[in-house]
Amino acid sequence: MKDKPDVLQGTLALMVLKTLDVLGPQHGYGIARRIEQISGDILVLNQGTLYPLLLKLEHEGSIASQWGASDNNRRARFYRITAPGRKQLETETSDWERTAQIIERFFNVKAEELP
Amino acid sequence: MKFLRRFFIRLSNLAAGRRADQRLREELAEHLAFQTEENLRAGMSPAEARRQAVLKLGGAEAIREDHHAEQSLPFIENLLFDLKYTARMLRRSPGFAFVAIATMALGIGATTAIYSVIDATLLHPLPYPNPSELVRIEDDLPGVGAQNVNVSVPEWKDLENSGIFQNVALDYFNSGNLTGSEQPTRIALKGVTPNYFAMLGVGAQLGRTFDPGDNTPGVILEVVISDGLWKRAFGADPRILGKTVRLDNDVYQVVGVMPPGFRDPGQTSEERNTELWYPGGFTAVPFPPPLRNSRFWTASARLKPGLSMAAAQAHLDALVDALKKQYPADYPAQEAWTVRLVPLSESVVGSVRQSLILLFGAVGFVLLISCVNVANLLLARASARGHEIAVRQALGAQRTRLIRQFLAESLLLFLLGGLAGIAILFSVGKFLLRLVPESLPHMNDISVNWGVLAFALAVSVAAGTVFGLAPACLISRYDVNGTLRQEGRGSSGTRERSRARQILVVSELALSLVLMVAAGLLLRSFWDLFKVPLGFNPSRAMTIETWLPYPNDPKTDIYSTATQEAVMLREVLRRNRTLPGVEETAVGDRAALPLGHRKDDRNLSPLIREGQGVQSSQPPLIDTSIVSPEYFHLLGMTLLRGRLFVDQDLQDTPSIAVINQAAARTYWPNQDPVGKRVRLRAEKPDWTTIVGVIADARTESLADASIPQVYLDIYQRPARDLAFFLRGQLDPSAISEQVREQLQAVDAELPVFRAETLNEVLSTSLSVRRFSMEMVALFAAAALLLAGLGIYGTISYLVNEQRREIAIRLALGAQRGTILKMVLRQGLTLAAAGAGVGLVGALIVSHLMAGLLFGVSSNDLPTFAGVTVVLTAVALAASCIPALTAMRLDPITTLHSE
Repeated sequence: MKDKPDVLQGTLALMVLKTLDVLGPQHGYGIARRIEQISGDILVLNQGTLYPLLLKLEHEGSIASQWGASDNNRRARFYRITAPGRKQLETETSDWERTAQIIERFFNVKAEELP
Repeated sequence: MKFLRRFFIRLSNLAAGRRADQRLREELAEHLAFQTEENLRAGMSPAEARRQAVLKLGGAEAIREDHHAEQSLPFIENLLFDLKYTARMLRRSPGFAFVAIATMALGIGATTAIYSVIDATLLHPLPYPNPSELVRIEDDLPGVGAQNVNVSVPEWKDLENSGIFQNVALDYFNSGNLTGSEQPTRIALKGVTPNYFAMLGVGAQLGRTFDPGDNTPGVILEVVISDGLWKRAFGADPRILGKTVRLDNDVYQVVGVMPPGFRDPGQTSEERNTELWYPGGFTAVPFPPPLRNSRFWTASARLKPGLSMAAAQAHLDALVDALKKQYPADYPAQEAWTVRLVPLSESVVGSVRQSLILLFGAVGFVLLISCVNVANLLLARASARGHEIAVRQALGAQRTRLIRQFLAESLLLFLLGGLAGIAILFSVGKFLLRLVPESLPHMNDISVNWGVLAFALAVSVAAGTVFGLAPACLISRYDVNGTLRQEGRGSSGTRERSRARQILVVSELALSLVLMVAAGLLLRSFWDLFKVPLGFNPSRAMTIETWLPYPNDPKTDIYSTATQEAVMLREVLRRNRTLPGVEETAVGDRAALPLGHRKDDRNLSPLIREGQGVQSSQPPLIDTSIVSPEYFHLLGMTLLRGRLFVDQDLQDTPSIAVINQAAARTYWPNQDPVGKRVRLRAEKPDWTTIVGVIADARTESLADASIPQVYLDIYQRPARDLAFFLRGQLDPSAISEQVREQLQAVDAELPVFRAETLNEVLSTSLSVRRFSMEMVALFAAAALLLAGLGIYGTISYLVNEQRREIAIRLALGAQRGTILKMVLRQGLTLAAAGAGVGLVGALIVSHLMAGLLFGVSSNDLPTFAGVTVVLTAVALAASCIPALTAMRLDPITTLHSE
């Protein structure tokens, strides 16, 4: 069962924010599905864990939520990203990219290239 | 920011009890519906679609818990829950709650009470800005055994110019007669250098203080008065400024009134009650010539900002060395002159510091014992609650969670105890203050303020945490299986707990033994002092004081010579003898008042003996009193050799003196001092002949019988600070008025004040000692009571634990007496262990407090033995009740019920 990795700690929030940023307001199930789709179904969410995280992000002011109607006219709670949330997304994205770059350099390092 | 926002939203959710359960439930239901639909579309059967959806969502309960934890603050929520639970538990066992809370109320209340005294005296002794900069400057002459001999005017100028201080001020405490109103009154006043108030950093509430730059020599005819005097003598007149007052026949102008809270930083309570200050240059008439070794003045100063005491002292030492080289004649090497800086706060608090620290230590012991007692109670209760705890653990309660709950419980108990203690303190505070001796500095500033309250709460919380944590850890380490199966009998946790309880009881007993030894030693010291042969007879004797005016201009002084004064004194004495009940009268200066001494009343004179060159050795200083011939007989002091003063000794007959045996022994060892000649003032050339030696009396200090004394004849050497002595069947309430009438019939401008019986003076001189003895004794009694309760509780608990064993023994035919002995032996073992540890502690403590003892050694065997016996007796008595219960145990009922 090791072939489908868990979500790395702390990255789920980033994924949620990015999803909401790109796709606009979504309900919880929508977010969960999108994250799985975007990851190419490699990533399997324990979908329930999303809800405490959504509440935390809401408390932090990065997202907001309200009741609305879904495509097939069911009552659902819709989440949208807020201005502070976008800012958080920006900083976290650049942080993440920098980390990724550094890690990549380490992966590509060869002994003869070092002084 | 984000973190704070999240925290506050959660806090408000918690406070408002807002729940997100409903929302989560709806969201999860929607989520499942969406997923099920999608699974159906993927071709699953309805039942399978639903099952897969639920699986994909994860454990609903865990999600709900996480969600709830995010919605609110679980830590605080749990704490509130624990507190609620504890409150319910306490309500269900009111006896336990009452005993625990009352014990803590006693401990914390007593500690807070003593702390409030310390807060007012040791911690906040100086109500002036930047008090840490204020110092007293004291000259010492260790070479001739003289300490704190004040400062001379040239030295003051050197200090002012040294660059170490912002200001150096001189002052001298004195009395004055305020005349012009209905009755002449004597007030406490101070002559000060004009920079005095600038040095203290306090301004007037009305008008101004003195101009620090005023260099006028002699006395400047301005006064600043205290708020109290302003209200009392001038009816709080708002136009007081510019008005004049007549003081010792001189006319001064009032320039300022000090604020209500202002108090002079004096070393005695009398000095701190100074009501009037006038400035002076300390150089010209009426001041004595400014010689380097005329050290008459008290010096206080404010250090340059940022200069530490040590650095200032180092600078000062260098200055002293330079001055010694510059003025070798004024600072002979034998004197070894040094100048010492003492924090002003220390010099104000002075001698009571040691007593207060002793009290704080004693009360700390009481607090410790109460804490230990409550910890013990908590442990005892835990064994009664073993089943509950085991069940909770079996149901999955974490150990940390249990510890947290027990901690909450002990914290609540200790806090309630602390609050009860404070409440009691508030209601009986007035009564307690009456126990505090008046001589205690800042006695009026003692109050339960915010700082004291914060202290009490901090002590409660700290004690609750420390003494709650240990029992909590022990309790939570329950053997679940054993307990559930048979109520904890023989399980390891129980044994550990009962050992913990025994250690607690032993420490309680040890602590109370230490306190009792301290109290016993103090009591014996006090008793010895009280019973010490005085060498004079205080019964039926009274003193009433007056003050002869000392005008700035010698020409207006009507009492400038002994002959002038003698006329008045003889007339007043003659009149006093006619008063009802009076059998004997005498007069002397304040230094002649037995034991009534304030520091400034001690009149020390250099003793220059004939035949021992002045230059070759510096004269020692000797206590000097000025008295009339009747003084010795009135006080019942015995003449050993030679003669006393007689009426024929006058100003123009040869000057004579009487000394006590201690002076004879010290200064004329193995010689007859009668007939020897001395000089008591370096600058006066005439010799005084010693005519008599009297037996030593404890007039100077109760604790010390052999302080050298010299007495001069008041008809030869006049004095201003007079005390009339009366003996007979006196009516203390009327005598003051009667003496006033007689005195004012001779001179209408003289006041009378402070009429006291000598027994009162005696008792006042012991007041601080009595206060600390009473307090420590009280604390020791409380400690003994608590220790008794502790040992009772522990033995009861042991008996309860062993009741099965005892029942079996009884069933097998053991004698009831054996059972009794067995239980008592357990009590005795604990008492012996406690006494052993306590004796070691008591030895250490008694040596630390050796300075407070009198006439009893710090390892006084009777005290130690007596206290040990008392403690053992109490321990035995406390073990008796459970022992009797054990003896009367009915084996059949007990074994059946198990």
